[in-house]
Amino acid sequence: MFDVSKIRNDFPMLRREKELIYLDNSATAFKPQSVIDAEKAYYTDFSANIHRGDYELSYRADQAYDGARKTLADFIHADTDEIIFTSGTTQGLNMAAYGLEKLIGEGDVILSTLAEHASNILPWFRLAERTGARVEFIPLEKDGHLSVENFRRALHERVRIVAVAQVTNVLGHCADIKEITRLAHEKGAVVVVDGAQSVPHKKVDVRDLDCDLLAFSGHKMCGPTGIGVLYGKMEILEKLEPMLLGGGANKRFSSHGDLILSRIPERFEAGTVPIAQAVGLAEAARYLQSLGMDSIEAYERELKQYLSGKLKELDNIEFYNPGSEAAICSFNVKGVFAQDAGTYLSSHNIAVRSGNHCAKMLVEHLGVDATVRASMYFYNTREEADRLVEVLKDCTLEKCIDIFL
Amino acid sequence: MNKLFEDPIILREIIMDHYEYPRNHSLVEDGKYHKIHMASESCIDDIHVQADIEDGIVKDVRFDGVACTISTASTSIMTQLVKGKTVEEARVIIENYFNMIDGQPYDEELLDEAVCMKNVGKQANRIKCATIGWNGLKQLLEEGEEQ
Repeated sequence: MFDVSKIRNDFPMLRREKELIYLDNSATAFKPQSVIDAEKAYYTDFSANIHRGDYELSYRADQAYDGARKTLADFIHADTDEIIFTSGTTQGLNMAAYGLEKLIGEGDVILSTLAEHASNILPWFRLAERTGARVEFIPLEKDGHLSVENFRRALHERVRIVAVAQVTNVLGHCADIKEITRLAHEKGAVVVVDGAQSVPHKKVDVRDLDCDLLAFSGHKMCGPTGIGVLYGKMEILEKLEPMLLGGGANKRFSSHGDLILSRIPERFEAGTVPIAQAVGLAEAARYLQSLGMDSIEAYERELKQYLSGKLKELDNIEFYNPGSEAAICSFNVKGVFAQDAGTYLSSHNIAVRSGNHCAKMLVEHLGVDATVRASMYFYNTREEADRLVEVLKDCTLEKCIDIFL
Repeated sequence: MNKLFEDPIILREIIMDHYEYPRNHSLVEDGKYHKIHMASESCIDDIHVQADIEDGIVKDVRFDGVACTISTASTSIMTQLVKGKTVEEARVIIENYFNMIDGQPYDEELLDEAVCMKNVGKQANRIKCATIGWNGLKQLLEEGEEQ
């Protein structure tokens, strides 16, 4: 049984901010005490750099870091060596785009969609510019979701890379990555998945999906900021050019410029790695697993349906994604600019995000300048959804302006 | 002090009026205008401000773009306030406006309807909205000076 009141008690932010209704979980999630403790333990109990095996403390740091990698590998059903720690999804996707340069050339195509976050489109624009390749967009369905059918139609022989989000960050639509990957592989294309909005909320099994690269962030899954993961299939990682070179990423080098890179995954982790954050992230993964990813997904889906049902009934709300899977609701209050609605909700202690949510091309599809996004996590409740609806019901342009008077 | 500007209902009406019916709200294709693009990184506001300055007079100021209530209304009011003023007068108005937003003493007479923005500073995260258009004009005047 999913006991939300018990779960909420695990989170210092929720205990402290009793009045706050936090609905900006797509931006970042709160951390349970166990994650904070795990991260802190590195600083208080075994602070040392890794790979400095000459002393006991460093060995402990090594163990903790390697253990974290193993935990994250288990979390998404990868092999331990296929987990590269990054600073977050953005770095992971940039590493993918940088590293695949040799696999793409003039006239080749990178397939993506208008619903992508800036981090999963700008690196590909640059790759296209550097190589003479071209970015093509798979048409979205009217409601904004990416259908396998449209993907199949957009796919052709020149497509070398497919870069799509598993769950989109504004509308919360879930793409069928498994089928997309199967089709892409038939054409020999590499599939890169933005997992920032999926990995925290549902069971993601990279073996089952068969995707080639998948990036996600720690802080959106109750882990620390400053850490994320780039998963790569070993055969792809072997072809991937490291974006950064430096300490830890090389085995040997000489004044002649000879360089032997380290083994994978260390090859991709030049510089001192975020050890404390990795340890914290591993704890976050264990915490989510203790709740059960399937239970989290089911609970959030139920919450989404509940809030969707209520939002649909409001006459003053333009609601853009009632049908999507993720617990994200994007809407506008009619006649009120998104940011003003956001400030109004904030004046009632409800934290949402207004804007284009780093998906600056999606607004072209929706035909609006900006939206308000309420994104929920497993610690949100029906009561909070009720309160959001109640406040939105009374939201008018006049009341939004009154905040400033 | 104008008593009307103490009444929140009046202040609200001024903002609503300028938001729903923004003045000088379209750009013109004319080489004598200087244009500046003001896009906030932290919010959605993304506007262009345009000014025609001739012989030390602000002949025309215009703007357009995507903007919230506060940035639309504050910029609309600004265009009306400075139109026809000398560059020096416009500069004094701008200075007083920024003083008001910063909670410093200011000349209410000079700011007229712009006084409706006097409490925006209480919402610290929205100060940018109330100043985006004003900063645009300020920069245009500075550029004009340099030329």
